[in-house]
Amino acid sequence: MENDRVTESGGDESGYLAERGWRSWAFTLDHKRIGVMYLLTTIVFFLLGGLFAMLLRLELLTPQTKYFSAHAYNVFFTLHGAMMIFLFIIPAIPSGLGNFFIPLHIGARDVAFPRLNLASYWVFVAGFLVVLASLVAPMDTGWTFYTPYSAKTGAAVATLSFGIFLIGMSSILTGLNFIVTVHKLRAPGMTWHRMPLFVWGMYATSIIQVVATPVVGVTFLLLAMERLLGMAFFDPAKGGDPVLFQHFFWFYSHPVVYVMILPAMGIVSEVIPVFSRKPIFGYKAIAYSSLAIAFIGFLVWGHHMFTSAMSPLANAIFSFLTFFVAVPTAVKVFNWIATLYRGSITFESPMLYALTFIFLFIIGGLTGPFLAALSTNVQLHDTYFVVAHFHYTMMGGTVMGFFAGLHYWFPKMTGRMPGEKLARAAWALIFVGFNVTFFTMFIVGVRGMPRRYAEYLPKFHQENVIATIGSFLLAAGVLLLFWNLWHSLRKGARASGNPWRALSLEWRTPSPPATENFHEIPEVTDWPYGYGKPKRTPA
Amino acid sequence: MAEGLAFGAASEQAARVDGVFVMIAVIGGFFFFLTQGLLIWFAVKYRRRRPDRDNETPQITGNHLLEFFWVLIPSIVVVAIFYYGWRVYADLSGPPEAATEVHVNGRQWLYEVRYPDGRTAVNEIRVPAGKTVKFLLSASDVIHGFSLPDFRVKMDMIPGRITTLTLHPERPGRFQIYCTVYCGTQHSNMLAELIVMAPEEYARWEAGEREGPAGAVEPPAARGERLAKSAGCLNCHAVEGPAKIGPNLKGLFGSKRPLEGAAEAVADEEYLRESIVDPGAKIARGYPNVMPTFKTTLTPEDVSALVEWLKKLK
Repeated sequence: MENDRVTESGGDESGYLAERGWRSWAFTLDHKRIGVMYLLTTIVFFLLGGLFAMLLRLELLTPQTKYFSAHAYNVFFTLHGAMMIFLFIIPAIPSGLGNFFIPLHIGARDVAFPRLNLASYWVFVAGFLVVLASLVAPMDTGWTFYTPYSAKTGAAVATLSFGIFLIGMSSILTGLNFIVTVHKLRAPGMTWHRMPLFVWGMYATSIIQVVATPVVGVTFLLLAMERLLGMAFFDPAKGGDPVLFQHFFWFYSHPVVYVMILPAMGIVSEVIPVFSRKPIFGYKAIAYSSLAIAFIGFLVWGHHMFTSAMSPLANAIFSFLTFFVAVPTAVKVFNWIATLYRGSITFESPMLYALTFIFLFIIGGLTGPFLAALSTNVQLHDTYFVVAHFHYTMMGGTVMGFFAGLHYWFPKMTGRMPGEKLARAAWALIFVGFNVTFFTMFIVGVRGMPRRYAEYLPKFHQENVIATIGSFLLAAGVLLLFWNLWHSLRKGARASGNPWRALSLEWRTPSPPATENFHEIPEVTDWPYGYGKPKRTPA
Repeated sequence: MAEGLAFGAASEQAARVDGVFVMIAVIGGFFFFLTQGLLIWFAVKYRRRRPDRDNETPQITGNHLLEFFWVLIPSIVVVAIFYYGWRVYADLSGPPEAATEVHVNGRQWLYEVRYPDGRTAVNEIRVPAGKTVKFLLSASDVIHGFSLPDFRVKMDMIPGRITTLTLHPERPGRFQIYCTVYCGTQHSNMLAELIVMAPEEYARWEAGEREGPAGAVEPPAARGERLAKSAGCLNCHAVEGPAKIGPNLKGLFGSKRPLEGAAEAVADEEYLRESIVDPGAKIARGYPNVMPTFKTTLTPEDVSALVEWLKKLK
């Protein structure tokens, strides 16, 4: 193939990884190195957040608290939620894989502002250190920090919110950087409709980051002012409004749900065509549905607050708008499935995780209407049904998409192939463990078990034991997955420039790529997924 | 619990919510089998059989008609689901006629109940079957949730506001009440019960008859033990095992108590009474000053009964 010839030409043995020593990483301006640093950092946070999840599941083996105090349990679920959301799911794909692959995808040498990019990383790390400092009086508020509890509790709320403020700032800077990069640095010939779908997903994500994140920054600032200076924004005793905090918080945190999922959808849109040997079905529909999801995502925050005494009319409007997120989401799922039709499908690890994404995301998606519909929302709100639903979308969706991306791009990033045997074993454990854990939570949620309970009534015992067993399988699978990648990094087979025989630009560089990505900026003459006939524009 | 209603629903209203649930489950089930079926079927059917044929796949890049329909059909389906979900909700949240009002105040970590005639209770709400009851909900410290899963309803209790929740309990029974908005350390022990009584039984209770076997006088210590559970004392105070929020109760009576500052006190009857009606007066060293007063929710006789019970906990 003509493709492979381009790929194999030139490049020193270890490309951008050639330089050694910690300075070459800490002060690098190379988007690939910054991406790798983000990846490693966020994976550590993922494992930490997972450790807290295991402590929670361990405690829930018995109805009464046994291993930890109720306070310790509350700290663990707060840390689990806050770390997973702010330190892993939000940054991992955009800042990690996005940093590495957006320039490669659009044929650029780097992002638009490399120094800002490095600064974002270090602001992120600084944010984490501040979060760490808050452990002197660990947070017990849940990751949502609802007032007035968060304004009264003895924990280091101001410190933690400052840490998240910094992390949010890093997220805004990264988003800005990506928007400018996509607008200004596309290779000659790469029109908007020739951009890979991962870039479309990341572009929509960046818009949300830039528009929504300042709101949460301001919210945490107000909370800190309330705690430190005694100002009364949220305290009803002084004339504040505790529900106002919820509006502020969800005005950010709902759109951010799509910061979490859109990049993963982008990855799946990359992986499915390659391993089906077929062009993606409905390219434009997938691209524009990302923007539609980002837009509608700003209009639906109220659906987190149907039981907080908003007017019935406001509830009805938020419910109505919420349902419309389902449409562009359904379009994506239909398009992915249609891409498989009459393909020539193989099941290497990236494809396994991408298909798992679709499988689990469908379950997460189809349980959404129960929560979007007003009467059933009131029933299920704040029960384990919600916990199950968002783990199916966030972990079953985003994390599976992340795993798909890690395996898919592993050869490009490291020059080694991921070990397939262990990758599949890990996948099997994860798939079974995940469903045992979280499907059980739908059932116990419908039966009425509230979330965030350190102790529960004996009638919920059986489900909790099953969920805990599932979670240990899931954790074993995740550990095996990372052990396998670590092992492959050192012992894996050498990867060619384009081992999966993909068609997008990042595969037209050696593996790993050279410092400035391309020896010669490629001229783009086709859309990214034209398998078979050499030229094809999307329908 | 209520017979004749599916899924353990405790009222016709709950059964209507279940109707919405079932409708969404049926529609969702259809799309579940459709999408997962196609996903798995395609993955199996079109798996690569001959490695040399991977560039012979058809060039299908889209199909406008198909894509039009799979935008249109989900749009119609979600509008339908929205409509029924909203209809039932609107019917249930409409203004009720002639409802009995019960005021419930949430605080860390119990529910204070006040009936229109001034009667009070803690963590136990009694209502007659067959009558509409309107709960006026408030909170005195942080946001709590007032959730009745058997009736498929919940409403937040928000400091500085009064929110309402209407219920039509139809059959006698005992129903669990949970706090569903995270409210601090003992959140998961903030439980209460809704006791729906047959109308004549309720009338007897309202007329002031004490519970328990007719004629028998409940010994004070036994009554104290019953109150310790129903008034929420044991949410924060352990009798056995490690301490919860407050000091353990076992062996408390007669012991020397270190207080905040350098002071000490002997836990005699007066100390125990004061700690129940005015908990902030003498704060045990090492414990947060978070206990609410029970001055308004327990009668002096109740307090004496509690003290008698505490004296027995050697």
